[in-house]
Amino acid sequence: MPVQYKGITEEHLAVRRACGIFDISHMGEFRVTGPAARDWLNSLLTNNTTRLGIGQGHYTLLLNETGGVIDDLILYRTGPEAWFLVVNASKIAEDFAWMQARLTGGVTLENVSTAMAGMAVQGPRAAATYQPVAGAHQELPDRNGIAEFISLRGGTCLVCRTGYTGEDGFEFFCETGEADYWWNEFVEHGAIPCGLGARDTLRLEMGYPLNGSDLSPGRTPLEAGLGFFVDMNKPAFTGREALAAQKVHGLPSQLAGLRLTEKGPPLRAHYPVLSGGKTVGELCSGGVSPSLGYGIAMAYLPPALAAPGSALEIDIRGKRYPAETLKKPFYNKALAPLSPA
Amino acid sequence: MPAPANARFAASHEWILSGVPESPVGISDHAQAELGDVVYVEFPEIGRTVKAGESVAVIESVKAASDIYAPVSGEITAVNEAVSADSALVNADPYGAGWLFKIRPSHPAEADALLDEAAYLAQAR
Repeated sequence: MPVQYKGITEEHLAVRRACGIFDISHMGEFRVTGPAARDWLNSLLTNNTTRLGIGQGHYTLLLNETGGVIDDLILYRTGPEAWFLVVNASKIAEDFAWMQARLTGGVTLENVSTAMAGMAVQGPRAAATYQPVAGAHQELPDRNGIAEFISLRGGTCLVCRTGYTGEDGFEFFCETGEADYWWNEFVEHGAIPCGLGARDTLRLEMGYPLNGSDLSPGRTPLEAGLGFFVDMNKPAFTGREALAAQKVHGLPSQLAGLRLTEKGPPLRAHYPVLSGGKTVGELCSGGVSPSLGYGIAMAYLPPALAAPGSALEIDIRGKRYPAETLKKPFYNKALAPLSPA
Repeated sequence: MPAPANARFAASHEWILSGVPESPVGISDHAQAELGDVVYVEFPEIGRTVKAGESVAVIESVKAASDIYAPVSGEITAVNEAVSADSALVNADPYGAGWLFKIRPSHPAEADALLDEAAYLAQAR
């Protein structure tokens, strides 16, 4: 996926106002099958797999023994004993090795990443784009859902009502030989090609974390504000003890949203964050919000400073600019309607 | 977008006008296209004396922050307030309204020694 096709701002706003399409073929796909698959996945992932009915999906995390994040992913249930996982591109090998090393009887794990292409079609007009292209083969599933079908050309396709932009839309996976066909069809029906730049600004406006920037093996999902996707009441899962200890002793840090309170340069990863003249953290993600028109960022801060409204400073190339923490998501469609295109 | 005939380019993508005692400096059309939408410019201080190749400004696009280097040695005599208010001018009119700062060269021959547009474009590709 290129950084941009025509321009990050233009592509970003196309997704907020109409419909964009991203090539996500770099992402990894695993299939897990077998009578023990559900409970095995439940022992490795933070969310509760027993809550997923056939055709449903949810966001979940793969943790190490100390509760740190190896990867964040989406798990879908495609059949009574069949599961589909979409993982981060940079983590395909690591996730697969981690899971394979913990395989038990009654479970088959398969990495189908190289055989499958993927595209994310996102925006208020995504469903209308889908309908004339594939609606006759397979209805678009409900939010977070998945459906599998065989195309007229004979390839397996999976359509998932999920995304990484905060807009309605779907992620579409097919065999690599059919990728051009589906991409061109969606584009012909109104989806505007979008690059990695817009993908980053869209997810950042929503406060969605990016693994490698905002998630790391040294931080837990509780620190990242992802406790909603961790079920502490289900049977044991890898990393649970560390999370339970954090719940008792308190979090060492919390992922906060930040912005400058005066005009200044856009915020970028690694800029130091200061409180009372002392460095208290650094930005892990940052950028200019095309919807809002100002710089936004995220940083792990001491919990006392992470609550919205803390007055801080951000050091940009040696100059300090006043900043404040604020609530995520940064962009809220209901509160900040975009001016008409 | 073609540059003025007397524009001379540094390999680091800045342009200056040759034969002008106090010349505007900007970035090339090629550079603005590569950077993408410019959202912020950090200007040098007026009156600052700079050496050719010295980092004097920063252009921030939606993609990244990029240093801007003085194409020649001299004194900074002005900065473009219009760009401060609307940094998209750098994208829209890189050789006109999107200039960044003015410099009074201490050695006017330095500008003549830079690349003309054809030579610059040949090496930029």
